Amino acid sequence: MDGFVRVPVREQDAKVRATNFQEVCLGYNKEEAESEAQRCLNCKNPKCVQGCPVSIDIPAFIQQVKEGDVEGAYQTISKSSALPAVCGRVCPQESQCEGQCVRGIKGDAVSIGKLERYVADTARELGIKPEGAKEKKGKKVAIIGSGPSGLTCAGDLAKMGYDVTIFEALHEAGGVLVYGIPEFRLPKDAVVKKEIENVKSLGVKLETDVVIGKSVTIDELMEKEGFEAVFIGSGAGLPRFMNIPGEQAMGVFSANEFLTRSNLMKAFDENSRTPIMRPKKCVVVGGGNVAMDAARTALRLGSEVHVVYRRGEEELPARKEEVGHAKEEGIIFDLLTNPVEIHADENGWVTGITCIRMELGEPDESGRRSPVEVPGSEFEIECDAVIMSLGTSPNPLISSTTDGLEVNRRKCIVAQEENGQTSKPGVFAGGDAVTGAATVILAMGAGKAAAKGIDEYLSNK
Amino acid sequence: MFKILEANELATNIFQMIVEAPRVAQACLPGQFLIIRVDEEGERIPLTICDYDREKGTVEIVVQAIGAETFKLGKLKAGDSLADVVGPLGKPSDLCEESIDELKKKKIVFIAGGVGTAPVYPQAKWLKEQGVDCDVIIGAKTKDLVILEDRFKKVCNLHITTDDGSYGRSGMVTKALQDLWDEGNKYDHCVAIGPMIMMKFVCKLTQELGIPTIVSMNPIMVDGTGMCGACRLTVGGEVKFACVDGPEFDGHKVDFDQAMNRMKLYKTEEGRLMLKAQEGDTHHGGCGNCN
Repeated sequence: MDGFVRVPVREQDAKVRATNFQEVCLGYNKEEAESEAQRCLNCKNPKCVQGCPVSIDIPAFIQQVKEGDVEGAYQTISKSSALPAVCGRVCPQESQCEGQCVRGIKGDAVSIGKLERYVADTARELGIKPEGAKEKKGKKVAIIGSGPSGLTCAGDLAKMGYDVTIFEALHEAGGVLVYGIPEFRLPKDAVVKKEIENVKSLGVKLETDVVIGKSVTIDELMEKEGFEAVFIGSGAGLPRFMNIPGEQAMGVFSANEFLTRSNLMKAFDENSRTPIMRPKKCVVVGGGNVAMDAARTALRLGSEVHVVYRRGEEELPARKEEVGHAKEEGIIFDLLTNPVEIHADENGWVTGITCIRMELGEPDESGRRSPVEVPGSEFEIECDAVIMSLGTSPNPLISSTTDGLEVNRRKCIVAQEENGQTSKPGVFAGGDAVTGAATVILAMGAGKAAAKGIDEYLSNK
Repeated sequence: MFKILEANELATNIFQMIVEAPRVAQACLPGQFLIIRVDEEGERIPLTICDYDREKGTVEIVVQAIGAETFKLGKLKAGDSLADVVGPLGKPSDLCEESIDELKKKKIVFIAGGVGTAPVYPQAKWLKEQGVDCDVIIGAKTKDLVILEDRFKKVCNLHITTDDGSYGRSGMVTKALQDLWDEGNKYDHCVAIGPMIMMKFVCKLTQELGIPTIVSMNPIMVDGTGMCGACRLTVGGEVKFACVDGPEFDGHKVDFDQAMNRMKLYKTEEGRLMLKAQEGDTHHGGCGNCN
């Protein structure tokens, strides 16, 4: 192998995986990982670390992999990340660490994500746990939400010696890692549960079934339950719909509902007690990572799947790898297409969707070229289900029940980027609740920054 | 785990339970609901809160067994536990927001149908505690299905009607309401909780009589915190989520036909699962959905 090409990673065959929920990517084995690690140039000024939202010491852990020291590599990563097995799978490495890799200038970047995954998976098999705090600080911090930002913030604070409790609204911890991202990208029992156990092994307490703002408010946590600081990592929120005719027909779902049924409630399994519709032909509206997850889930439930997106291929917000996987599996992309109306039969079940062709006009504020309808180009796609994957708007549960917590025009919580501080003393926030829907690793970065911010705040108090 | 302290069958397939759930008991108000899971593999079931005791940290639920999951729930006894109880969810009743003096000036009638009788109880009880009188009409198919009668008698003026005339007045709740109106009871606020079809017809009547009417909607839900949108309804031409915007809405604005239709979404799948649960290993098709 010359140094310009990365060691390929084994995957389940596209035809086979399109019919099961097992993980698509099989990861590196020892030989593959050590061989790929050889490609790292161990740069003096490592650009990859700058590209990582949680600043993992990437060259250091890769050197340890090279030497066969998986435990050392795991502890190196654990200093910066609470969820390496998750990040190795779902981070958009191509635009972060790997996007900065010097190797990428001529040839392939080092496969940092796959190496991280190898280290985390091997450490898990060997029963290696992250190192906890040596001394306790005796101060209580509440974390709201057990998704990526909350788990990261909790893990970091516990390592510093704080007494941390996570409050989770659902019956299971993990947030988007359990309700949103499907099994075939991120196995729940084998990976997510184990990562959460690792965070708990640092001394973090977890209380599920608590809806902050309903079961108890932030003010009550601070005044009555003795929490000296609070981190809000409550996630994205309410699914958006298009407000087109027919959207309340039976067979129209939000991607959140479809994915929650399949992932959290395990409805993909025939024996699950939670039902899910298994469409014959389904249209997924939207082009983000969540749309890809919904489309690939519907496909595995036995459906022909069309992704309808109003812009072109270049503009698809989903990761290239996800789009590629979806195409390999047989998902059809109807690009530059936008829905205008959903049709239903006399009993209210979806029978089809009328769409209109679009063309790209001038770039909008976000720099993306905005799509414009082509007059008279309407056409119908027959289908029995429509899954709307159009993003979310913030859930007002917390902001409306917490005195003095400022939200912006888009109803997202206002928090300082460098330390997560909100307008309310002692209250910090990060992740999708602050930024709107983004990625797992950005939420983790925000959780990390907030842990630092909370430590500074409590140390000076 | 949430321990069951008391479990009774109030009528055929209508079960009442008192469950330890300190956070819910501490925070809940009339009109709100909770979600339970029977066990670790259970579906999330939204249920109304029938009563609560803040000091003991308990909530009371009443549930009619209609599907695989609720039959499972009905089999549990005192001493067993529920895997999950989460809440309170949704907004409290508007009545809790109004000034007591205003409430005292109003003539309020509650219309409770079937197992919808349970969520009416905490509202009537709450009004009684504030010194506000109200009328309650309980409607049931037959005498044996009338629940919570003794407890209601202590907190309101109770009228009972049965479809078959076996107890109290005879006929549907709409007939009872019309009769009471004709007897001189000029209500100026109505709260109707029960099957959607009942709420639809109550709303039709109260619109004619000019009585503002609140209904409590119970559509299909998953998370109950606004995340999934399964419970969306059209109210006054706008899309609302029952879990966070409701469950109570202006009944004269709710699109009941659409809401009732959406309840059918998982009917066949649910029926298949229920048959499977009831027949166990003896289930070899016949439900029309299995191979």
